[in-house]
Amino acid sequence: MFKILKYSFYDLIRSRWSYVYFLFYLALGFVLLFLNNDLSKAVITLMNVIIVLVPLIGTIFGVMYFYSSKEFTELLLAQPLKRSTIFLGQYFGVAGSLTLSLALGLGIPFVLYGLFRSEAIWNFSLLLIIGSFLTFIFTALAFNIAISNENKIKGFGYAVLLWLFLAVIYDGFFLLSLIVFEEYPLDSFSLAATMFNPIDLSRTLILLKLDISALLGYTGAVFKQFFGTNLGLTVAMGVLLFWTILPVFRLAYKSKKKDF
Amino acid sequence: MKCSDGIFALFFLLLGNHLWCQTIEICKSCAVTTIREGVAQASDFDTLLIKKGTYKEFNIKVDKPLTLLGEDYPVIDGDDKGEIITIVSDSVTVDGLFIINVGTSYTADYAAIRVVESENFLIQNVVLEKLFFGIYLEKSKNGRVYHNKIIGDAVDEYNSGNGIQLWYSKNVTVERNIVQHVRDGIYLEFSDNITIHNNISSNNLRYGLHFMFSNDDIYTENIFENNGAGVAVMFSKKIKMQGNTFRKNWGTASFGMLLKEINDAEINGNTFEENTVGINIEGSNRIEYKNNDFVKNGWAIKVRGACYTNSFVNNNFLYNSFDISYNSNLNDNKFERNYWSGYTGYDLDKNGIGDIPYRPVKLFSYVVNRTPETIVLLRSLFMDIIDFSERVSPIFTPDNLLDANPLIKPLR
Repeated sequence: MFKILKYSFYDLIRSRWSYVYFLFYLALGFVLLFLNNDLSKAVITLMNVIIVLVPLIGTIFGVMYFYSSKEFTELLLAQPLKRSTIFLGQYFGVAGSLTLSLALGLGIPFVLYGLFRSEAIWNFSLLLIIGSFLTFIFTALAFNIAISNENKIKGFGYAVLLWLFLAVIYDGFFLLSLIVFEEYPLDSFSLAATMFNPIDLSRTLILLKLDISALLGYTGAVFKQFFGTNLGLTVAMGVLLFWTILPVFRLAYKSKKKDF
Repeated sequence: MKCSDGIFALFFLLLGNHLWCQTIEICKSCAVTTIREGVAQASDFDTLLIKKGTYKEFNIKVDKPLTLLGEDYPVIDGDDKGEIITIVSDSVTVDGLFIINVGTSYTADYAAIRVVESENFLIQNVVLEKLFFGIYLEKSKNGRVYHNKIIGDAVDEYNSGNGIQLWYSKNVTVERNIVQHVRDGIYLEFSDNITIHNNISSNNLRYGLHFMFSNDDIYTENIFENNGAGVAVMFSKKIKMQGNTFRKNWGTASFGMLLKEINDAEINGNTFEENTVGINIEGSNRIEYKNNDFVKNGWAIKVRGACYTNSFVNNNFLYNSFDISYNSNLNDNKFERNYWSGYTGYDLDKNGIGDIPYRPVKLFSYVVNRTPETIVLLRSLFMDIIDFSERVSPIFTPDNLLDANPLIKPLR
């Protein structure tokens, strides 16, 4: 697996898109910090970007890589290798290189602007952890979609739809249900609904870490009580991990069954 | 000055057995060793010079016009037994004392310095620590509380007192005081014509400044920072609030300023910075908001209804999460010529005023008002999208709630 991981990883590291992605974050980080020297404010702004963009890039990139490396995959399949090894290797290669681009792209400007001397370091690390989780989750989901759909167009369509659903439409339903059931106590419901969407969960986690949390009022207090404790944070991280592992398992399972 | 007034009076009445007012020195090795003894021995308009040292005394009743002057901040330690100085005479000056350990009681409001039904008092350069109530003015008039430092250690609201409390008092100036860690920094109840100027009230458990049923008061250039719930102005008329700074009153139930049943007030040139809610307005009429800066608040202004004829003119709204939240009709309140950092319009005729109106109420803010739980969707992409579409064509938000002449550049 590690050999394939290495191949995929180096292949991607050398590819133009990884550089574009890396340079984009690098530029974003520098521009943000240039305009506003305050690290913690920049973290807030980055959060908005990350929770939308990272899943999108993860999904698109995952699907794209899977389809474009199909011939190579078929070649590998002819070798005496375990199937799960091949696909998981590819998956970790893609997700790893995306995470590396994200971490380096944002890390370099922040470190240059004195991250280690600032209090924002915890918030920033949380941001990076969540960014990495989102990359892994959405790349895994994208691989799942790609492996289940021979048709590239369909695969792309589903992938984009998945992103659209989790990033936008889900919140729409969430909002609607909150309004429709406004007569009922909704704290536990909103906690649960947040858990079911990795993007929402990431957003809430970061929001609660930032000083903006006071805005959330009573509901926020309930959230803070939950996520603010070590237990809550562990649960949240657990859920994110679960969101990562589940698609990865399905990928391994599906790859064994699939008829190439 | 009071002393010379006294001489003057005495001189003319030819009553005096003293021609000069005397200075009585109090110290451990002096003839007079306690303040209580000093007060008993003193004649009207004398000065008690309290030398450096610790005086374990409480319930000192000042019943004649005296000056209590501390030298190098003598400590008066009440040993948590009760009230320390009670002033029941006119023309008393208290200057330069360090008072600690005021008794806490659930039945009596023990204060470090209490002024009861007196006039022309002056309390200055006093430092109070470990107190229950600090300076308590009760039915007193024409006095001045100047340059005192009150540092409490309040933990719970129910067993802590206020820093400076005015109750049925009139024409009092409260100036250059620092009040910290008490329940309410400065509390006014039934007190009219009070001037509160240049004080710093911070880290108090409840309110930095609290008005109840007090009219015609003015407070200017004070700083209220990091108080439990900010500043509350309630049930009062004709109050002027100018040039104050309300900062970092941040928490789920915090306000920069809370207005409830306030009429005919002027709120000018204040800065509201990083509060959860800049101003919370309820049942307040004919208030003029002018030249205020609302910077980085959660909500700059929350209007809760029953508000009429308020005008918001020439204010700067800078980077607030929500500019305005409104849960009733616009009524006849108006927003004119404010600068809104969220304004994205243009100014083709270059007159400094945007050509299209600005709608300060976002759809999200409207939704949150209806169902507070929806705030968990703060900063989600979906909310940004529907906010944008609502801004393009307003359906839910009151369409007459707008600033028809938004400024292009911030004021000042």
